[in-house]
Amino acid sequence: MSSSAIEIAGVTKVYPGDNPVTALENIDLSIADGEFAALLGPSGCGKSTLLNLLAGFETVTSGKLQVYGAPVTAPGPQRAVVFQEAALFPWLNVWENVVFGPKVQGLAPEKYEAKARETLKLVGLENFAKHLPVQLSGGMRQRVGIARVLVMEPTLLLMDEPFGALDAQTRLTMQQLLLDVWEGLKKTVVFVTHDIDEAILLADTIYVMSARPGRIATRIPVEVPRPRNLDTLTDVHFNEMKKRIMHEMRADQH
Amino acid sequence: MSSTLTGQRGKRMALAACLPVLFVLTWEVLGRFDLLIAGLIPMPSAVLRAWWVWIAGAGGLSLNPYSGTWGANLWFSLQRVGEGYLLAIVLGIPLGVFIGWSRLAAQVVDPSIQWLRPIPITAWLPFSIALFGINEFGAIFLITLGAFYPIVVNTTQGARDVDKNLVRAARMMGAGGWALLRRVILPAALPSVFTGLRIGLGIAWTAVIVAEMVAVKSGLGYVLWDAYYVGRMDVVIADMVSIGLMGYISDRLVVFVESRLLTWRRLQSY
Ligand SMILES: Nc1ncnc2c1ncn2[C@@H]1O[C@H](COP(=O)(O)OP(=O)(O)OP(=O)(O)O)[C@@H](O)[C@H]1O
Ligand SMILES: [Mg+2]
Repeated sequence: MSSSAIEIAGVTKVYPGDNPVTALENIDLSIADGEFAALLGPSGCGKSTLLNLLAGFETVTSGKLQVYGAPVTAPGPQRAVVFQEAALFPWLNVWENVVFGPKVQGLAPEKYEAKARETLKLVGLENFAKHLPVQLSGGMRQRVGIARVLVMEPTLLLMDEPFGALDAQTRLTMQQLLLDVWEGLKKTVVFVTHDIDEAILLADTIYVMSARPGRIATRIPVEVPRPRNLDTLTDVHFNEMKKRIMHEMRADQH
Repeated sequence: MSSTLTGQRGKRMALAACLPVLFVLTWEVLGRFDLLIAGLIPMPSAVLRAWWVWIAGAGGLSLNPYSGTWGANLWFSLQRVGEGYLLAIVLGIPLGVFIGWSRLAAQVVDPSIQWLRPIPITAWLPFSIALFGINEFGAIFLITLGAFYPIVVNTTQGARDVDKNLVRAARMMGAGGWALLRRVILPAALPSVFTGLRIGLGIAWTAVIVAEMVAVKSGLGYVLWDAYYVGRMDVVIADMVSIGLMGYISDRLVVFVESRLLTWRRLQSY
């Protein structure tokens, strides 16, 4: 049995307040080391909540949530997050944004500079090191968002609709980029999306979530061979998968 | 292209200058026709003359306090504003960042600031004189107090309104405590901090004039009141203009520093 990267058992998350919201109820989930997992589901089903629990931004109300055998208590560089709106520091240029992590962790520049240069090149931004985030397009900003977490060599990559705010064309480019990067690294990824195509194209396993209260409805292994690229989107395997997932999602609504 | 830019700039300056020029001309003409209240409102030309003597007149042993003493008095006021303002910055910015960041600090400190703030600095004058006597400290106390409030309040607001995802991103990358405050909260709050700095500077100038009128015996504020007592309205007006000029120049200085530090903000608004 492959070791699991993420172990979630009976996790419930209630946002307290005047009207408490049960965002997740009794979730069980196990994600293997090196697995690319997609969380797919309608708006409000608790995808971001689950990701924020894994990141350590929120704490569970009850249940067990472990990443590589340790409970999550606070955010940290081992569990890197890519945000939907990139969340770059607008006062730092691309280079400074990318080396922010290693720098605040107190690493010596010679330890991370080569890696940072290499990563910038990997995401195609080697000529934009001196640009400020406002001078970049949405897609380029998201590349910086990816580069700054890859530099930290995290064990787990958490992505919350990272391409959700991009136009269709840029989105495809970014998906291709992520595929390329991931094929080279094989890191564990949890990728939140509500786009079925995106989930099939990228993931090894799709966890379909249902809303109110948030639950994992089904687990669907994606039987589309790798390496994948944008041509995969028109592949027969792909269309079969898509039909199946749409069927299950519809069945789930009744 | 640059020539059209300077052309535009020249036009803007001409437009901005037309009202003041018209005002001063009317004033002068009224004076020439003896239409100003005699002995009360001097003509602009008389003000300029008095100002010139005040700046460049033979000072030293002469008994005239309005001859050649402009620079010294200006320097006194500038020093006080500088010291008091600096102290307000050194106290206000860190405290504001702290209150904005820590809910506990906000709950403990913020109410007190809100209660003390409605007391105008002028109301602190007697207390300040009683406490410090007629000397520097009273003036600096008032300036610091006056500039402190807007700086701390605006910094607090800026630190409180920092985008939640930026803080999350920083913590995810390993920034905590001090690094978070210095590298994320402070820079993110900086636009708001500068709003406070500019308001605070205006209050610092108000405070220095008030303090010098009452609590010390030098500076532009002291001269202002003193000249009024001896009926030197020409000096009074020259003094007022001097104060306005200093306030304007120091504000431009803050704006310059702001534009240097906040390039990212300027680009953002395009
Ligand atoms: N900080 C919060 N406080 C209170 N309720 C919250 C909070 N964050 C999320 N919720 C609620 O929890 C539920 C799940 O929200 P969540 O953001 O996890 O959904 P999501 O699946 O990510 O949705 P979307 O696709 O729109 O991003 C929603 O009903 C939401 O209103
Ligand atoms: Mg979400």
